[in-house]
Amino acid sequence: MLETARQALLTPPESKAAGGPALAVRGLSVFFGRQAAVKNVSVDIATRAVTAIIGPSGCGKSTFLRALNRMHELNPEARMEGEIRLFGDDIYSRHVEAVAVRRRIGMVFQKSNPFPTMSIAENVTVGLRLNGIRNRKILAERAERTLRMAALWDEVKDRLHAPAISLSGGQQQRLCIARALAVQPEVLLMDEPASALDPLATSKIEDLIVQLKKDYTIVIVTHNMQQAARASDFTAFFYLGELVEFGPTAKIFTSPSQKQTEDYVTGRFG
Amino acid sequence: MTAPNHRWRQFKNGLMQTVMLVCAVLAILPLVLVFYYLVDKGFSSLNWAFFTKLPAGPGETGGGMANAIVGTFVLLMLAPLVGVPVGVLGGVFLSEYGGRRLNWWIRFSADILNGVPSIVWGVVVYGLLVVALPAPFRGTVQSVDVAKHLVTVQSRTGARREFAVDAETRLNLNGKIPLASLRPGTGVLIWYHNHQATRVADSISAPGLWSSVVAAIIQWHNAISGFSALAGGLALGLMMIPLVMRTTEEVLQLVPHGYREAALALGIAQWRTTVQIVMRTALKGIVTGILLALARVAGETAPLLFTALGNRLWAHLTQPTAAIPLQVYIYAISPYDDWHRQAWAGALVLLLLVLVINIGVRFLTRDRLRGKV
Repeated sequence: MLETARQALLTPPESKAAGGPALAVRGLSVFFGRQAAVKNVSVDIATRAVTAIIGPSGCGKSTFLRALNRMHELNPEARMEGEIRLFGDDIYSRHVEAVAVRRRIGMVFQKSNPFPTMSIAENVTVGLRLNGIRNRKILAERAERTLRMAALWDEVKDRLHAPAISLSGGQQQRLCIARALAVQPEVLLMDEPASALDPLATSKIEDLIVQLKKDYTIVIVTHNMQQAARASDFTAFFYLGELVEFGPTAKIFTSPSQKQTEDYVTGRFG
Repeated sequence: MTAPNHRWRQFKNGLMQTVMLVCAVLAILPLVLVFYYLVDKGFSSLNWAFFTKLPAGPGETGGGMANAIVGTFVLLMLAPLVGVPVGVLGGVFLSEYGGRRLNWWIRFSADILNGVPSIVWGVVVYGLLVVALPAPFRGTVQSVDVAKHLVTVQSRTGARREFAVDAETRLNLNGKIPLASLRPGTGVLIWYHNHQATRVADSISAPGLWSSVVAAIIQWHNAISGFSALAGGLALGLMMIPLVMRTTEEVLQLVPHGYREAALALGIAQWRTTVQIVMRTALKGIVTGILLALARVAGETAPLLFTALGNRLWAHLTQPTAAIPLQVYIYAISPYDDWHRQAWAGALVLLLLVLVINIGVRFLTRDRLRGKV
């Protein structure tokens, strides 16, 4: 079990991705106590594409995202119904641990959260080190590769051993993306990754997302309509816990089939 | 623009601020006074002999508190062996694991324990580790002297023991029966204390594994029981547990939730997240809590009265052991002027020790604040 987990960390993601949708969500509902935050959502998340999730505050989009890698389970009140399959594997099967799911589906949060006790390099490789990989060569090589992917290498290559919290807000967020990429997940979830950043840092993150979709399946929750339009291939519009509309981004933003969607993307409510 | 009652409000404001300032100064005044008195009365007795010599006899002048100083350090090494692992792990459980209701009860109990008078800890440890337990002895009755209340028993290995037995302490399946009914050749299991049997039970079976284990544990316990540094360290260690537990929980709660989420989202197991991310982030806070608890118990006298007891020799794990607060107490209530002077000096050393620990804590926490900016 440990060996296979270690093996998975060392295998490039490309070889893991098969055909078909990366994530198949069927009849997903998430409850907090009695309150349903997500109601009966079914959707296919396309492989190596960016799927944006939009909707007004409190519409359940963050909860939906967190259910995709079982992060909602941190709340003891949370309960889910339905099924989510990652390349065919039921991630809520009784035989699957949440830890194993999260190794395959990484996550980046709204607020950048590099570990303050660790250097830049240590932060990037923490997911590998704490899962048993100690070979320095592998770690150094992986740190460089993922920092390059996160477009941060040139800015930090001379101070890899400086504390991570010495970086700027935008750099910290890209460091968190690098850290998530370093364990080579198959899917990357992003929960409003740029909402706390200035416009320049935001555009860097967006460029990065577009770059990353060559190798990764990305699901991004965003409040920023332009960001969804610029960076995503597919868009899902959530309202009051329900998936109102899902389709190619161009269609959602130009000719949505639902009145609610049109009102939201044109800024009439939300 | 000035309100009609402007001056009156200014006056009230000034008055209240002055009152509060006076109260704040009153709060630190005792520290100043304590320090002044201790330096005034104790400093002149601080000399090389005080730190290097054993106590002089009653009424004699000279001598020092070297054994008590060493004893306090021995106790402060022993106490964390109990207080730190239990306190830290308990605090981690409260902060990171456990249900709401269970944690409420644990927290509640810890807060009560924090308020338990320290002498109670001494009494508890006295019962646990100072008093010897009744030990079991299994064998066949050789002879019974009803008049003298004496029973001689021979064990399987051939060891012969004579026990004093009360007339009413014999038990068998029929309950308590007179000693006179005990016949030579009967198999008995005797629980005894020194040479006094506290219970004599008819034994029909050979000793099993379980009773052998119990006997071994009791034997081991009785070998280390008595007034000792171990008992004193245990009493101080037990006192540290609730202190360390609550501060550990508090500093772990200060670690932003985002760090836990980030680590868990990387597929790092929860225990690794707890140890390598959460505890590591809060490490200085945890150490601070431990040091403060240590400073708190360093000066405790009451829990040592029934445990370490104090003596005039060097510290010993299983023998009565001196400690500075005990020595100060004994010297202070003595009728000798020289001992009074040494008591002042001992109190000064104790205060300096606590001060040094507290300064160490300030140093640590200052460093932590700098790291965060």
